[in-house]
This record gives sequence, C-alpha cells and structure tokens, in this order.
Amino acid sequence: MFSIGLGHYLTLAAIIFTIGVVGIFLNRKNVIVILMSIELILLSVNINLVSFSIFINDLSGQVFTLFILTVAAAEAAIGLAIIVIYYRNSGTIKVEEIDSLKG
Amino acid sequence: MENLEIILPEIFLSLTIMFLLLFGVFKKNSSKLIYNLTTLSLIILFALLLNLYQVSDLSIFNNSYKVDSLATFMKLLTIGSGIFVMLTCSKYIEINNINKMEYPILILSSILGMMVMISSNDLIVFYMGLELQSLALYVLASFNRENILSTESGLKYFVLSALSSGLLLYGCSLIYGFSGSTNFNTILENSSSGQYGITFGIVFVLVGLAFKISAVPFHMWAPDVYQGSPTSVTTFFAVLPKIAALSVFIRFLYVPFAEMNDQWQMIIIFLSIASMIFGAVAAIGQKNLKRLIAYSSIGHMGYALTGLAAGTNQGIQGSISYIAIYLVMNLAFFSCMFMLRRNNEYYESIEDLSGLSKNHPLLSFSLLIILFSLAGIPPLAGFFAKFYVFMAVIEQKMYFLAIVGLLSTVIAAFYYLRIIKIIYFDKEKEKFETDHHLGLKFTLAVSTIFILAYFIYPSGLTEIVSKINII
Repeated sequence: MFSIGLGHYLTLAAIIFTIGVVGIFLNRKNVIVILMSIELILLSVNINLVSFSIFINDLSGQVFTLFILTVAAAEAAIGLAIIVIYYRNSGTIKVEEIDSLKG
Repeated sequence: MENLEIILPEIFLSLTIMFLLLFGVFKKNSSKLIYNLTTLSLIILFALLLNLYQVSDLSIFNNSYKVDSLATFMKLLTIGSGIFVMLTCSKYIEINNINKMEYPILILSSILGMMVMISSNDLIVFYMGLELQSLALYVLASFNRENILSTESGLKYFVLSALSSGLLLYGCSLIYGFSGSTNFNTILENSSSGQYGITFGIVFVLVGLAFKISAVPFHMWAPDVYQGSPTSVTTFFAVLPKIAALSVFIRFLYVPFAEMNDQWQMIIIFLSIASMIFGAVAAIGQKNLKRLIAYSSIGHMGYALTGLAAGTNQGIQGSISYIAIYLVMNLAFFSCMFMLRRNNEYYESIEDLSGLSKNHPLLSFSLLIILFSLAGIPPLAGFFAKFYVFMAVIEQKMYFLAIVGLLSTVIAAFYYLRIIKIIYFDKEKEKFETDHHLGLKFTLAVSTIFILAYFIYPSGLTEIVSKINII
C-alpha cells in the first residue's frame, strides 16, 4: 500500500508556497488577489511546520502554527483596512494603476 | 519561578501601551496628552534599561529570551532614538493633522516588537517580535489617510513586507524541520554543514531580514515608502527598524549558524556590495530629499553589513558602532528637514534648499556637517563609522570588499556634495520660518555636536561596544 510520508507533505507545501509567491508577482489585476496569495504562503508554512512537528515528534512546531494563524488573521485585517483607505483616495485597487510614487 | 526582573522594561512598555489605549478611548481630545505621556514613558523605559546594563547574559523562558550586553545596548539605541524621534515630530504631526491618539501608541507597540526581536533567542519569539513591529509599521506608513501618497506607500509596504515575512517564515519552518528545534542554541547543537535543508532555511530567513533593513536586491520598497509616508514616520522608518533588524542579523547568524559561516558569508558579502554600489549610484538623479535619503540609507546598510561579513567580533562591533553613528546622522538630517517649513507647509525637494545659507546660516552649517559626515569625510563621526567597519574587513584580508566600499563612498560623496553646492552657491529663495519648538532645536543641536565632536573622544563609543562579544 502506498503510504504518505514527510516528503509528500513538504512537496505539497512547496507547491502552495510557489503558487503564492508567483501569484504576487504575476497578478496585474487586483490587490485582493495579492492578499489571498499572502494567505497561501502563510498556510503553506503551516503545513510544513505541522508535518515536521509530527514526523520529528516535537510539539513546538504546532505551537508555532497557532501563532502564525493568529498573525495571519491580524495581517489580513490590517491589509484590508489599508486597501479600503487606498480605495477611498484613488477610486481603484488595480495593481497596474498604483503608480503615483516612482522615480 | 522565572526571573522576571530582567524583562521589566518590556512588561512596563506593554502595560503602558494598554493603559494609554484605554486612556485615549475614555478621554476625548487627549491626543496631545498621550503624545507627551508616550515620550515620558520612553524616557522611563530608557532609565529602566540603563539599570539593567550591569546584568549580563541572562536568559529566561527556556532560553528563548536573552538579555545580554548586545540586547541591552541595541535596546538603548532603539529607545534613545525613539525619544528623539518623538521630540522632533510633535509639531509636524499637528500641522499635518495626523495627531490622532493612535499615533504614539502605534509607535510604542512597534518599539515593543523591536525589543522582543532584539532579545529573541528562538524562532517563534523572533517571528512574533518581527510581526508586532511590522504590523504597527504598516499602519504608521499609511497614517495620513486622506493623502494618496501616504496610503499608497502603506499599501506597497504591506504587500512587500508581508511577502518577505512569508519567505522568512518558510525559512524558519525548514530550519525547524531539519534541526528539530526552534531554539537558537539547540539549533547550533543539532545542525551540521552538510544539511541542505538548513542552508535553504538560512537563505530564506536572510532574504526576509535583508528586506527589513532594505539591502539590495530587496530594497524596492524603501524609496517609495520613505517618500510617501509622513516625514515623521519616515524618520522612524529610517532609524529604528534598522537597529532591530541588524541586531537580529547578528544574533541569527552568529548564534545558531556560527559554525556554518562558509555557507552564509558569500550571501552577506553579496548583499553588502550590491547595496553599497546601488545606494551610491541610484541616489545621484534624485530630486526629492526623502527619496535621496532612502537610497543613502540603502548604501549605509551595505556598509553595516560589511562588518558582519568579516565574521569576527571586531566586525560585529564595527557594525554596531556603524549603526549607532548612522542613527545620529539620520536624526540630525531629518530634524533639518523638519525646519524647512513655510506657512504651515513642509518642503522636501532638493531645489527648496537652494541658497539656504543666505537666510539660514546656522541651519546650513549643520546640514553641511551632516552631509559631510554622511559622505564619510574625516574628522566627522561618519568617517569613524566607516573606518571601524573597513578595519575589521581588512584584518580578515577581504580586500575586495574594502575596495568596493571605498569606491562607492567616493561615488556617494558626489550627491552629498551636490546638495552642499546647492545650499551654498545657488540663488536664494524665500525665507523659511524660524520659530521651531524646543525639542526639534535640541535634537538638531545634540546630534550635530555629537557628529562634530566625536573625534575628540572616540573611545567613549568604542569602549561600550567592545564589551559586546558574541562569538
């Protein structure tokens, strides 16, 4: 029977992580998508930590995961708040139109 | 029972934050009072930390939180510059209508995050401190919420900083997985050079940290954020997070991975050479003073990293002295910027400085000293900072790094001298207002005198720093 080992979990996490990073750079449409990509990155780290924690039999990885979940929630809240005040000023949240600062 | 005395400053700070938050909620129109209370609590915090200075090498919470000479000195630097930032900005935030009661509280919470970062000896503690610091900084960057530039800089900082935290976390998870622990000392025991997982982890964490101190190639946020956010916040950005991130750099590289320095040394050398050259070249065409100082700070971080690349105690001490002198120069420069005010409006373009010496001889003279010091011209403090770093590098026979550093100093001198030329030899403009508040004058005077008189008694700083031995 085919069994799922540490390598599979790590590969899954690496794939999700890559999707997240690529999502930030390739996305030209909407800032909300960037926010989702950041969540993907943090969740992939959580998968990594939990699977490591199980396979090396050490609890601190799971504790770390709980902290990351909390921080991710706070980060999403602040990110949305910043997007809202930016939208009030500029009337758009398209990534390609966020360019008043350059030089 | 844990020895909680050694984290008394942190406990005091968190209680102050909660108290001030409640106070601000229940008492209307108390923003001015809260601002002053914040400055006062920072001064008390400074005293509490000085009291701890004799205590050496203690750690609590299962060795995850360390209070040693490095931590205490860096915290003193952080809080000292925090006090001066608060002193210089009080008028600016009033005029720009950002004197909300949350402003000083956010500054305090990011300082708390920095203190946790500086003391951390564990990946979890380190990450929590970093996030507490950056979450407060996101809000601070976009604090002027009616202004499109400020909100845009907040948005950019948020996206890039969150990405870098993600990379850093991924690195943390790899290090945890391959060494089996999150504690720095245990990682040192468990890790050996052959493990690719740990090497990958180090690279990811270094990317995240390099972002925080805006080293090339992770600098792209710095010019935009410096220019867009309110100048009071830029002052904060230019100084405090760099101190915290640099001390984390030192602890992260030299505690868990001291024996793997062949793996990370090349990365640090690359970061520092790239930042020095880029900081020198990219600043040349700038027209906005805040943008220019952003590029200059990228270059300065390159010099600070040079010391770390040396891999010796002397190099670390050089970096610490560098950051101490850098923060004084930046505080002085920004207090000059706060003096460029006319009819309740602040000017921040280089052209506005033209002919400044005719109307404001004293201000121009201090700008002259500050810019010469930033360029590293002897006998000012900025020269000594570079001298310590390059001495440490040359002793390790890393001549290439030293030569690149010296060359980029020469290139960078060009744009500093150009500003001086504009101040002294260009056509004069309308007069700026001269009624500055006491805190601003005090900061400018203290920092300029420090820069000017540093060469008389340089051992004052070096003696304190020489007690910091990490390796």
